[in-house]
Amino acid sequence: MTAGSEARAHPGRRRGVSVDAFKAILAKDLRVELRTLQSVPAMALFAITTFVLFRYGLDRTTLSGSLAAGVLLATVLFAAILAINRLFVAERDEGGFDAIRLAPVDGTALGVAKAGALMVYLLVLEAITLPVFAIFFLDSWSGLPALAGVLALTDVGLAALGALVSVIAANSRARDLLVPLVLLPLLVPVMIAAGNAAEPLLAAQGPDYGGIGKWLGFLALYDMTFIAVGFAVYDFLLED
Amino acid sequence: MKVPSLRVTSIAAVLCLSAGFALVFFYAPLDVDQGFIQKIFYLHVPLAICSLAGFVIAAIHAIRHLRTGDPVHDVRSYVSIHLSVIFGVGVLLTGSIWAHASWGKWWVWDEPTLVSFLIVFLLYVTYYPLRYAIEDRDRQARYASVFAITAGAFVPLNFIAVRMAQSLVHPRVFATANGGLPGSMLFTFLVCLLGMALLWTCLVRFELAAKSASAKLSRLRRALEGETYAAPSGSRIAPGIVSRAPSALS
Amino acid sequence: MAEAASVQIATPPATSAAPIAASARGLWREFGELPVLRDVALELHRGETLVVLGPNGAGKTTLLRVLATLLRPTAGEVSVLGCSLPRESWRARGRIGYLGHEPLLYRDLTGAENLRFAARLQGLGPGAPGRIAELVDRVGMSRRADEQVRTLSAGMVQRLAVCRAILHEPELLLLDEPSSHLDPEAAALVEPLLATAPDRARVLVTHEVDSGLAEADRVLALRAGGAVAYEGPANGLSAGDARAIYGGAP
Repeated sequence: MTAGSEARAHPGRRRGVSVDAFKAILAKDLRVELRTLQSVPAMALFAITTFVLFRYGLDRTTLSGSLAAGVLLATVLFAAILAINRLFVAERDEGGFDAIRLAPVDGTALGVAKAGALMVYLLVLEAITLPVFAIFFLDSWSGLPALAGVLALTDVGLAALGALVSVIAANSRARDLLVPLVLLPLLVPVMIAAGNAAEPLLAAQGPDYGGIGKWLGFLALYDMTFIAVGFAVYDFLLED
Repeated sequence: MKVPSLRVTSIAAVLCLSAGFALVFFYAPLDVDQGFIQKIFYLHVPLAICSLAGFVIAAIHAIRHLRTGDPVHDVRSYVSIHLSVIFGVGVLLTGSIWAHASWGKWWVWDEPTLVSFLIVFLLYVTYYPLRYAIEDRDRQARYASVFAITAGAFVPLNFIAVRMAQSLVHPRVFATANGGLPGSMLFTFLVCLLGMALLWTCLVRFELAAKSASAKLSRLRRALEGETYAAPSGSRIAPGIVSRAPSALS
Repeated sequence: MAEAASVQIATPPATSAAPIAASARGLWREFGELPVLRDVALELHRGETLVVLGPNGAGKTTLLRVLATLLRPTAGEVSVLGCSLPRESWRARGRIGYLGHEPLLYRDLTGAENLRFAARLQGLGPGAPGRIAELVDRVGMSRRADEQVRTLSAGMVQRLAVCRAILHEPELLLLDEPSSHLDPEAAALVEPLLATAPDRARVLVTHEVDSGLAEADRVLALRAGGAVAYEGPANGLSAGDARAIYGGAP
């Protein structure tokens, strides 16, 4: 009898992730974004406006240390949510999920491609807003290269978890609400680690590179954990 | 493996907890630093440990659910999270009371375990809106399992991060003025911990039994109404218990 | 274990010797607690066409999606191209061509880009560009293949969707009202691409009872609510009976 639990059993694992499918989906997403510009400009604009809000909310014209790190990271996090909400819009509205599920392609390829696209958006966002942030608030720019590195490592975790939560929310009601609700607690450790790593880099008297190692180590651990979780579960999320 | 019956577990839980509380009030010594209020620790910490263990257990059930597709594991995962969240409310309340009694404020950011717990609690509370937002029962169960696994992986990372961020030296649970937990306190604590674990297990099994009963009831009702179903069915929002052999008259 | 009473009407023994392309027995599909397909059975051999008739809400589209491996059966045995669903869905994908109500084309890409994307997903090799060009030409879209899909009319989009569906030369075609949005000229272009062939099987959902019955080797007629009214060879069902299933509306 195949009724009941057997009918529900997960389809067997297929042969490994299709790298070509991953590349195809990533290329498709980047092409669409380039053509429609629906995520990155909004993120950048949001970030810059938020900087202005912080300037008045905190009543400060220069920032350093933990305050600077906090403002920058919180802004990047919230801007990321804008992109994450939009990540699967085309798939949902234009039948993209069906198109990809009909193909002999592992669901993982879709998840990883979306995470990859999100990573690209975040890197572009930071390329635009980091200089703006420096111009607005920083007295010394010498810590910026290292800060860019910290942000890049943060982006990996942000992209991995963001894509995962986005898939979960894409197929539910109240999806725009669900993303920040579920994602923000999950990102608290990132905030802690990235904030603590960035703080000495933005110190008023110049960057201090000591003690940053353990935070970068933690970020790497965090990133790897959720990349692994993503790889393990994307298939289950995209089945029906 | 023969699992003790619900009645046995309930009795054991009651006995153990009673013993624990008796020990707390009559046997365990008064803490030099914090006085009587320190005794809330015997409630707070076991609640926290059981709650966290519950989240991990939920993640394990979720993994089994994804691997086998059997909805039974999803129900167990759901109930585990449900009860751990309730225990979590207890953790936050007792933690807050302890904070106020010890340091005069209703919340302190200095106690890393409490703060980590708050974040974990905030995450698991989103489990409910997530489930309610997905209508298809099958997909709801699968997504909930993915959430349980992701959140389960998150818990240890969260504790590590918060602990690493801890900068102040602060009276910690296992460090009293004597620099360690004396034997009598440790014994009392372990008894309370065991009692709380039994309570958690007991409540989980009660809830599972209740769900199973109500699912059977609705199946029988449907059969009486003349709809002979070959298909399995369960409640829409919370996971229903589905027997392996779908039948109108199980 | 009590089995639900089968609702289907007599099925004469299959006469075709060709391998079975799709079959189902006791197929149930529920959304939440609402059954959309009730105890559906069907059998389709290679080279045959199965026409699915029924009023709106009878579950025709759902049936097609189950056969396309896009939906899991809630209960029952379903097999497509020798692969049992849902356990072996992945093996059947890539051999099925599905043309549903959605064209499954990204509106911000051009027709050609969409087809190239689909070709890459299907793992078509270096012959893909040639095949795409040939198909696009045959549906009369050569001149407009490099315009974004959002600028095209519904008929043009449907023609591109047909190309997408058969790009990978599938062994099983699942067609949900393929001529919708098509004027007679376009329909004439598309028809030969979707026609019967000895090396493939077709499941065709249509509202046009007469033309549907004319093309059919086998017919599956569903009632509103998803129960089977008739399943068997096309010559076993008259046009009048077929129309009656619609409740009198032709």
